[in-house]
Amino acid sequence: MKSKAPSIPYLIWMLVFTIIPLAMVVYYAFTDRSGNFTLQSFADSLFYTDVFVRSLWIALLSTAICLLIAYPLSYIMSRAKASTRNVITMLIMLPMWMNFILRIYAWVLLLQNDGLVDLAVHLLGLDVPLLGNAGAVVLGMVYNFLPFMVLPIHSVMLKIDNRLVEAAQDLGAGKAKVFSKVIFPLSIPGIISGITMVFVPTASTFLVAQYLGGTGDKMIGDVIENIFQRDKNVGSAISLALMIIILVFIIIMNKFGDEEAAVA
Amino acid sequence: MKNKRKLGSKIYVALVMVFLYLPIAVLILYSFNDGKTSVWKGFTLKWYYELFNNSAIMTSLYNTLIIAVLAALVSTVLGTLAAIGIYNMKKPVRSLVTNVSNIPIINPEIVTGVSFMLLFAFLGTLFNFEMGFATVLIAHISFCTPYVILNVMPKLRQMDYSIYEAALDLGCNPRQAFFKTVMPEIMPGVISGMLMSFTYSLDDFVITYFTRGPKFQTLPIEIYTMLRRRISPTINALSTLLFIITIAILIIVNVWERRAEKERTA
Repeated sequence: MKSKAPSIPYLIWMLVFTIIPLAMVVYYAFTDRSGNFTLQSFADSLFYTDVFVRSLWIALLSTAICLLIAYPLSYIMSRAKASTRNVITMLIMLPMWMNFILRIYAWVLLLQNDGLVDLAVHLLGLDVPLLGNAGAVVLGMVYNFLPFMVLPIHSVMLKIDNRLVEAAQDLGAGKAKVFSKVIFPLSIPGIISGITMVFVPTASTFLVAQYLGGTGDKMIGDVIENIFQRDKNVGSAISLALMIIILVFIIIMNKFGDEEAAVA
Repeated sequence: MKNKRKLGSKIYVALVMVFLYLPIAVLILYSFNDGKTSVWKGFTLKWYYELFNNSAIMTSLYNTLIIAVLAALVSTVLGTLAAIGIYNMKKPVRSLVTNVSNIPIINPEIVTGVSFMLLFAFLGTLFNFEMGFATVLIAHISFCTPYVILNVMPKLRQMDYSIYEAALDLGCNPRQAFFKTVMPEIMPGVISGMLMSFTYSLDDFVITYFTRGPKFQTLPIEIYTMLRRRISPTINALSTLLFIITIAILIIVNVWERRAEKERTA
């Protein structure tokens, strides 16, 4: 029981199936077809800068909307009776068990011509195509990743010591003040992990934009998938860039979280 | 005033639920629609009939289950052993190993997917094999094992090490002592790690997509291919069945947990 030996099979596994594959991405990113060192792949991937920017923008927008919807919901849940709370938590998690392609396909059914939402919009006298634009992509992302925002915020809010709230009330704080001085600051760690859990998969996802967006709405994940079929080197360069952007984002968010924890 | 706020909360929760469940409800409704478009043409079960007679779907369902069961079993053994070994490491090495182990969790799925593809394509030309069942299984084990470790590690930390020593003092050999004291303590973590692996493997699309090669189909891949060809209500029938099975499993697990809880407190 004091031995490190049981981890040896996994250490070998990690070397072969985690470290070497990533090293290969780096290798292909910095070489050309014949294996010579070059930075040409990175130069070529600059062509996709606007796709990168658009993906990050869509991810940012989706994350913000998720936060706007999830925060009040988490707050309401944390104030509810335990039994109600459990039911709502269950209901929020249930759609996550459905494959994401099916969830996106469900929105295609709703938004397509003569789909239910399309018909409802027509009844309101509006005639706009709902499918095939950036708005539909953001909607799909919010639908897909909303639970990842609700769950961490909710679990942090549940842990807030009610005596702190009571103490603030005893000291004369009104509802708004209790919220801004106690509940909100203490819920920040949940917000941070929620942002990370929504932003990372949204920025790097593929397929969602293909189903819900138009031809101009492709995201970086779609580009990577597409390019790898033709050019491993440029594909690797873009993957490496994506990986580094995500890593930097996670490090910044973690730092931010640690500082918050240190203050609290 | 208080009632008004309560009503507001209820409406808000209800709206979010409509947002979450309207698409699923429509998906289910159309699985019974006797027509291919979104216009309602009457009730039918023919899409379910077609579903069960679709051999491609049934084969891919079988493949998905085999992969998920094997991936869950292998990664549970691999991950539990790894967690015990890592638990015994000293601080700097332990942090390093844990960080590397978490790479598949943190890394964008698509990057993990293409990195596997590069490796398997390279090995494939070297040893002359094609991607398929084995490469998908290896990839699934790789991204499931970190979750097993994440689940088992806290249980090891919570465990009182002296019970293991007590077992040794009372005459157990190390193996007996391990299975009689350590194993029961970490069992909840092992089980939840295994369940997590099973569901992640079952649901995976992205990594399978890049490691499956030209022929091997899993259910998510089959759904993707079907949607590429044309939208058929068979997919709705499939979604409905999957959704019902999920609810059934969740209810069973819940009841089982509650019963276990009762037994513990009794």
